[in-house]
Amino acid sequence: MSTLVVHQEKITDAKALPGLCPFGAIIADAEGVRISESCRMCLLCVKKGPAGVFELRKDDAPARIVDKSLWQGVLVSIEQRDGVIHPVSLELVGKARELAQKARQPLYASVAGLGLDAVGLELLAYGIDTVCMYEDPALQLFRVEPHTAVLEDAIGFLKPAVVLVGGTPSGRMLAPRAAARLHTGLTADCTVLDIQSNGDLDQIRPAFGGNIMAHIRTPNHRPQFATVRYKVFDMAHTVDIPTGRIVRRSLPPAKLVSGIEVLEVHPKGVGSYIEDAQVLVAVGKGIGSQANLGLVEQLATVLGAQVACTRPLVENGWMDPRKQIGLSGRTVRPKLIITCGISGSVQFVAGMKGSEKIIAINSDPNASIFKTAHVGLVGDLFEIVPRLIELISAHGASFLHTEEANSHV
Amino acid sequence: MRILVLVKQVPLSSDVAIDEKTGVIKRESGETKMNPYDLYALETALRLRETHGGAVLVLTMGPPQAEAVLREAFMMGADEGYLLTDRAFAGSDVLATSYALSQGIWKLGDFDLIVSGKQTTDGDTAQVGAECSEFLGIPCVTSVQKIVAVDANSITLECDTGATVEVVRMQLPALIGVDKDILQPRLPSYLRMKKTATRPINRLTLADLTDGDANHYGLKGSPTQVQKIFPPEVSKDFVRWDSGDLALQLYHYLEDHKFLQERI
Repeated sequence: MSTLVVHQEKITDAKALPGLCPFGAIIADAEGVRISESCRMCLLCVKKGPAGVFELRKDDAPARIVDKSLWQGVLVSIEQRDGVIHPVSLELVGKARELAQKARQPLYASVAGLGLDAVGLELLAYGIDTVCMYEDPALQLFRVEPHTAVLEDAIGFLKPAVVLVGGTPSGRMLAPRAAARLHTGLTADCTVLDIQSNGDLDQIRPAFGGNIMAHIRTPNHRPQFATVRYKVFDMAHTVDIPTGRIVRRSLPPAKLVSGIEVLEVHPKGVGSYIEDAQVLVAVGKGIGSQANLGLVEQLATVLGAQVACTRPLVENGWMDPRKQIGLSGRTVRPKLIITCGISGSVQFVAGMKGSEKIIAINSDPNASIFKTAHVGLVGDLFEIVPRLIELISAHGASFLHTEEANSHV
Repeated sequence: MRILVLVKQVPLSSDVAIDEKTGVIKRESGETKMNPYDLYALETALRLRETHGGAVLVLTMGPPQAEAVLREAFMMGADEGYLLTDRAFAGSDVLATSYALSQGIWKLGDFDLIVSGKQTTDGDTAQVGAECSEFLGIPCVTSVQKIVAVDANSITLECDTGATVEVVRMQLPALIGVDKDILQPRLPSYLRMKKTATRPINRLTLADLTDGDANHYGLKGSPTQVQKIFPPEVSKDFVRWDSGDLALQLYHYLEDHKFLQERI
């Protein structure tokens, strides 16, 4: 463990120092230069600041040394509802398998609910070595206390080096509760994961709305918790011959008590999730007015796409918040996204940069969306989009015409 | 109801960029504001006070200048402000931050409800609220979209679980994380600013906490360590069209990439 020391005597230009810190943790005032509570120990001040001013002083050996050899394996906490596994869990299994193979460690899963026989078999088909299964009426719907107890028990039983949890609404409660209970590190919303041979997990995640990427490790604690959002990694592949086993475990009633009672469950509008769309037409401030939204809706119709939007349109009340792409909205990964009149703020880009093909239409040649796009059209969307709709409609018409012609033959 | 709201001071803009040559972060200014998601948490607490009575306390952890967000909370109507500040908290990650906050909360006494925002705009982790609830040993629900009812022992909420909307009843005391847009936050009032200008802000330091062991806070109490920070990558294969019949070029592109076929 270490601390940062500021050598006041070596400072020549105190006013320039606060600017070094992305977190605003360097304070220069009448009392001199010091480092505040905002410090994240990124050490940029040591590396990039004037020589000798900031020093990283290493203390003695870490207070607690963990025997990493006792913690082996990658555990995925599976999210399921009524026997249907959330796709993010299978994406995590795919990544976990890669990590486990690289570190030559086992691949584990834990799953809780009711009537899980089929779920257990499905998980084994993805090459998982051990599936810990917990069946109890108290676990049917997600409630944070019993599900945390499940994950705690699975971790105690399996002793994994890494625990991966989906960055879903329930995963975002489960992972922090379990990590806090075990007094270990949690890195949220990782976009890249890799593993060292000693089981140390390399975690990369965006901060500052995606303007900065941080590489994070949990070098002295086990297990290492990470959450990953839906559609960041690719789905797992099944193996030819599953060889894993299912271990059924149960918890004492006291562990299943919850202060939360689920009174009602309402499905949300079906088929309207932008996360599930293969093709998206995204619209931003460049559309000018709410009345013009009809244009992008038409384009979406001819493409068989859904309409999504940026934050300002939601703030204006023009679009449903569920249609918002970005860090404060949804993360999407469609096969194709066409952005219309979107400048490409980092917070927006963070929510769609995983899209397979990104086409951007913007009249500003310097719009930052062009840094993310695969194809950039510098032009007026009010000229391009209507003509494109016309062309595609004509294509559809000719195609339909051929169909019709065939049916007459 | 005695309600505590957790808030954080964040940079005014998250528009930071890294100079790729030097690795130094370029920031527009050192200006700060209250984390915008916290405004919804504060509004939720203030509305609950309006209908159920009680007091709204606000707690933040940060450097001395983070007092500013507590003053802002006063301008919106909060009753008391507490600043958790100590050099020992520097370098705190999610775990150490949550632990320090939960220690601070213990110190402030019993609450019926603790309210946090969805996430912050600088760290973006959205995990501190839930970790606090674990340290406090109380239930938590996040992604709260609506407060349905409150009685002496419980709160009924509507929350977004991703695929469904659930109505849940949770025993008090409890922690809730509210979504943005749960309620429109009120604007800070000039009158209240004048009225609260001299209201004291209470400081809590390491010495005030039950667990006074500095090893449990700040960098020493943080299992995660930042190895390095770097700019996000930008896409490489990029085609730009800026002249000719752009719609026709795009049409052919969509056709070539088979985006027009399956549909019909």
